[in-house]
Amino acid sequence: MAGKRIGQQTILLPMKPAISAGAACVGPKEGEGPLGDAFDWVTDDELCGQQTFELAERQMVLEAARTAIRKASLRVSDIQFFMGGDLLNQIISASFAAREMSLPFVGLYGACSTMSEGLCLGGMLVDGGHADHVVCVASSHFCTAERQYRFPLEYGNQRTPTAQWTVTGAGATVLSLSPKTSPMARITHVCMGRVVDLGVTDANNMGAAMAPAATDTLLALFEDTHTTPADYDLIVTGDLGQVGHDLLLKLMQEQEMPLCAGTYQDCGLMIYDQKQDVHAGGSGCGCSASVLNGYLLPKLQSGQIRRMIFMATGALMSTTSSQQGESIPGVAHAVVLESPVEKGRM
Amino acid sequence: MVWQTLWMYSKVFLVGGALCALGELLCLLTRLTPARILVAFIVAGVALSALGLYGPLVEFAGAGATVPLTGFGHSLCQGVIHSVQERGWIGAFCGGLTATAGGIAAAIFFGTLVALVCKPRMKG
Amino acid sequence: MNHQKIKTDPVHYDALTKQVSPPSKLGQGLLRAFWVGGFVCVLGQIIADIGTKLLKMTTSDGFCLTAIVLVFCTAVLTGLGVFDKIGQYAGAGSFVPITGFANAMVSPAVEFRREGMVLGLGAKLFTIAGPVLVYGISASVLVGLIYAIIFP
Repeated sequence: MAGKRIGQQTILLPMKPAISAGAACVGPKEGEGPLGDAFDWVTDDELCGQQTFELAERQMVLEAARTAIRKASLRVSDIQFFMGGDLLNQIISASFAAREMSLPFVGLYGACSTMSEGLCLGGMLVDGGHADHVVCVASSHFCTAERQYRFPLEYGNQRTPTAQWTVTGAGATVLSLSPKTSPMARITHVCMGRVVDLGVTDANNMGAAMAPAATDTLLALFEDTHTTPADYDLIVTGDLGQVGHDLLLKLMQEQEMPLCAGTYQDCGLMIYDQKQDVHAGGSGCGCSASVLNGYLLPKLQSGQIRRMIFMATGALMSTTSSQQGESIPGVAHAVVLESPVEKGRM
Repeated sequence: MVWQTLWMYSKVFLVGGALCALGELLCLLTRLTPARILVAFIVAGVALSALGLYGPLVEFAGAGATVPLTGFGHSLCQGVIHSVQERGWIGAFCGGLTATAGGIAAAIFFGTLVALVCKPRMKG
Repeated sequence: MNHQKIKTDPVHYDALTKQVSPPSKLGQGLLRAFWVGGFVCVLGQIIADIGTKLLKMTTSDGFCLTAIVLVFCTAVLTGLGVFDKIGQYAGAGSFVPITGFANAMVSPAVEFRREGMVLGLGAKLFTIAGPVLVYGISASVLVGLIYAIIFP
């Protein structure tokens, strides 16, 4: 094992694979949010000039991937793995985008945890010397998710206060062993989470379903790396929303590893304004993917954030499992990201 | 005459509003999806009508009792009963849809028409 | 064997979740459902009165006219993307009246039109409203059969 595995769940990446570039595409509602300026491309409408919402989502994946590759000063042919996923059945956004890219494709499904699942696997591929450059993508679209998981768009249902709003967006990250540009960040550790289910059945309260998995992965990461929350400038979860955010704080408190209030944030709470009527916050693969690639990576590159945990969270249910009365299992994967700016060289 | 009309419309408003508020109460307290509540309402309408309890409410509140989905159940039930009286047991299968055909056919026809013309739009 | 790092149990977690989750606003929801629902019924009564008094229809035809006109209005509002906003505001106030039944049929038809005329529009028309017809009609047939047995 060459000492790379440092615990039950955590793997040390001694080569520190570089994030050579990231790109994010989002829809108009996300563009109007507080992070609007951070994204590479804000579309004019939900259809992005396409015939269907599914085609629109695919277009955003392609746009994000191509932009990220370009920003990394690479050509598409330099990429050795195209890996990623989305929320649609048979992950058609990622796989059909891969058809356009004509690259070796690794399809991932981790529900909303897909972005960090991709970074974990991609990081290991690069660290292990199995690839020079890897692209990881994740996407979601409000209109495609809504019709698949909930109701038709024009159906007049009432959203409950704990419901979350699926982010229309896609993010792509290029991982490189030896980047051609100055890297935005480096991955030092990855921690793959286990599936945790504490019996939440309310499909309108995903944050509550995912918070236990997030807690479990954080505890594993801290234990394996012998660190505490104080060792990180920032801990960011994917899409726990207001309910999951509050539950994670409570659970970590109970497990005697309290998070510092100021250094814990959730992408689902960052991407929208309270005024945007999104109830408990954003959700979807595209939520953490666009916030990481659009907003967090530049902060790591500039050294504003030195060391952070990025942990996207996923609720692994389907409409079938929900209708059959099963509870909602959660999963969370974490990556430790470091700024390329060395200490004392600010 | 004016007072009579006003009183009639007040009854319609109060009874119709109350039935909807009951639906909302079920929705918020039990977290049942609207589809389940609609099923409950229509079956309740059929049952109440069969027991002779819903007829008086329609007499009292008119559209306040017929427009909510319980009224749809009432129409189904009354249609079936009248048809059975006229035609015997076969009426049990024919009367319900005959009585409610207007609303169902309208929903199918206008739904198809609208779907041919309109595109789904983003919420909010 | 449970290797989970997190040590807690579902019962405690359920309590914690309830504590953190914001409750639905009951009073506001009821009030909105009440006035919108009442308003829709008044509209229905006006349509029925126009039918019976101006167009000299029978009472039952009047109520049939009400159903057709309300369904038509709902179909148009659904197509224009307005009905979902009314639904978000009014909840049961818009889905308990026949408007909700119509919206439940029109909205999937609009949404799934892109999956084709037959398996998209045609089949999905009944995804939400289907159960209402299934149980409503079944219950009425049952009532009819019982009635036929009791009063042959």
